[in-house]
Amino acid sequence: MRSVVPVLTVVAALLALWYAGAVFLNLQWEVDQARRAGADPGLQAMIVNTLAQDRPLLPAPHQVIAEIWETTVEKKITSKRSLIYHGWITLSATLLGFALGTALGMTLAVGIVHSRAMDLSVMPWVIASQTIPILAVAPMIIVVLNAVGLSGLIPKALISTYLSFFPVVVGMVKGLRSPDAIQIDLMRTWSADRGQVFRKLRWPSATPYLFASLKVAAAASLVGAIVGELPTGAVAGLGARLLAGSYYGQTIQIWSALISAAVLAAGLVMVVGLVQRAVLARMGMAR
Amino acid sequence: MADAGVVPEAGSSSVVDAPSVISADRLDLTFQTRDGPVHALRDVSLDIRKGEFVSFIGPSGCGKTTFLRCIAALETPTAGALSVNGMTADEARRARAYGYVFQAAGLYPWRSIGRNVALPLEIMGFSKTERKDRIARVLDLVELSGFEKKFPWQLSGGMQQRASIARALAFDADILLMDEPFGALDEIVRDRLNEELLGLWRRTGKTIAFVTHSIPEAVYLSTRIVVMSPRPGRITDVIDSPLPSERPLDIRETPEFLQIAHRVREGLRAGHSYDD
Repeated sequence: MRSVVPVLTVVAALLALWYAGAVFLNLQWEVDQARRAGADPGLQAMIVNTLAQDRPLLPAPHQVIAEIWETTVEKKITSKRSLIYHGWITLSATLLGFALGTALGMTLAVGIVHSRAMDLSVMPWVIASQTIPILAVAPMIIVVLNAVGLSGLIPKALISTYLSFFPVVVGMVKGLRSPDAIQIDLMRTWSADRGQVFRKLRWPSATPYLFASLKVAAAASLVGAIVGELPTGAVAGLGARLLAGSYYGQTIQIWSALISAAVLAAGLVMVVGLVQRAVLARMGMAR
Repeated sequence: MADAGVVPEAGSSSVVDAPSVISADRLDLTFQTRDGPVHALRDVSLDIRKGEFVSFIGPSGCGKTTFLRCIAALETPTAGALSVNGMTADEARRARAYGYVFQAAGLYPWRSIGRNVALPLEIMGFSKTERKDRIARVLDLVELSGFEKKFPWQLSGGMQQRASIARALAFDADILLMDEPFGALDEIVRDRLNEELLGLWRRTGKTIAFVTHSIPEAVYLSTRIVVMSPRPGRITDVIDSPLPSERPLDIRETPEFLQIAHRVREGLRAGHSYDD
């Protein structure tokens, strides 16, 4: 219970800052409106109005919350205006990309740890792949895959994969190499083969590293899926809501999509955290 | 182990005629390092007979651990001949001829004590019921019965090291190679484990090669003490212990004990002055 107070304090401070920012940024528009109409509603009324504009520069928190409420609870899930509908489109691409990225990352890590040739030849490319801005790569992936007849979920998932395999490779390589010399030597004194060393020593040693990587990968997958939705012409998904919102100056819509994406990412990381706790407890590593 | 009577009584007098299980003939080992070659072992010749308890003592870099690792085929000598159980060291390793105990227990944190002991058995393909019997037996041997379900972090350092000894004993290798197994423990725990190890050796009749930094430990445990010195690592003295196989802890205050300890100390000093 003692941690509730600081947490609430931080939240309250952020909200206060947000409201202050909204007033400050939106006030100019109110002033211009008043001058154009030749009226003088007074500063207090103008400040109240800054928090209720249709297309504010920065929407106030309660406007975003109202928009989210309206587009989740009050809309049918099948509606094109439902955030749940768009959220699911993005989430499905995220989950597929996350699964593919995790599988790819693990496979590469196992290869890199067991083969010096792969360590020398693949690792530099793995690192190089992440130095290219994803915004530059994403449209090309969409175009190329579209040319071979793939569109919709798969291209977006592949962009997620592109972002999410990297933390898994790095974490797993470190984890698979984490057993100390004594444990490797012991395996040797028992004449264990490579498969046994992997199954009984390297793999369980890597588990804590794997989960740390998966948390990063889950968040990166979501970013990948959203980025993947931008060049598709804003049909569906949270990325599409962001893009459509910016086309039509619907800042409230942009912010509600942003907040939803953040909540979704936090949820994914939390799920990974719960699985981590359960697995480590089962392995006897949680104290 | 209940079959102590089957094993010939171990001790300095009764193993003289026993067959040699580890035989090293003019072993040389040179490590190629970035700073040039390091002569880890030079001209090391030694026979260890069945049932002996041989300690290796000397300062850091004298090659005692390297020699033990050669026997275990974890290092390969650059020259000389080495046989273990009549085979090459590597064949002996693959035949699972020895159990190895390191300075750190090296238990897997995600396995209970019982499952840690089971690990070599799983790798060697023992059946589940066989594993269960052996775990119970060796845990009893190191006085850890009842701790089977505990995890390593729930045990003290001394208990962890006992578990690692149980693990080395689980698959019934005749040879036990121990590399400063009690080096990280405090003296009180160490005394107790020394006493227990001696009892275990007497009951099981294993051949034990034991690396240590401690003169009292070496003299208390061994039927033979091998004194080594560094740069290059070589044997400077081999001392047969006249102490009886039954050794209470207070044997360490007897004149015989102190005399051997003195000779070991002299040997270590001689090795050093040679170096200066």
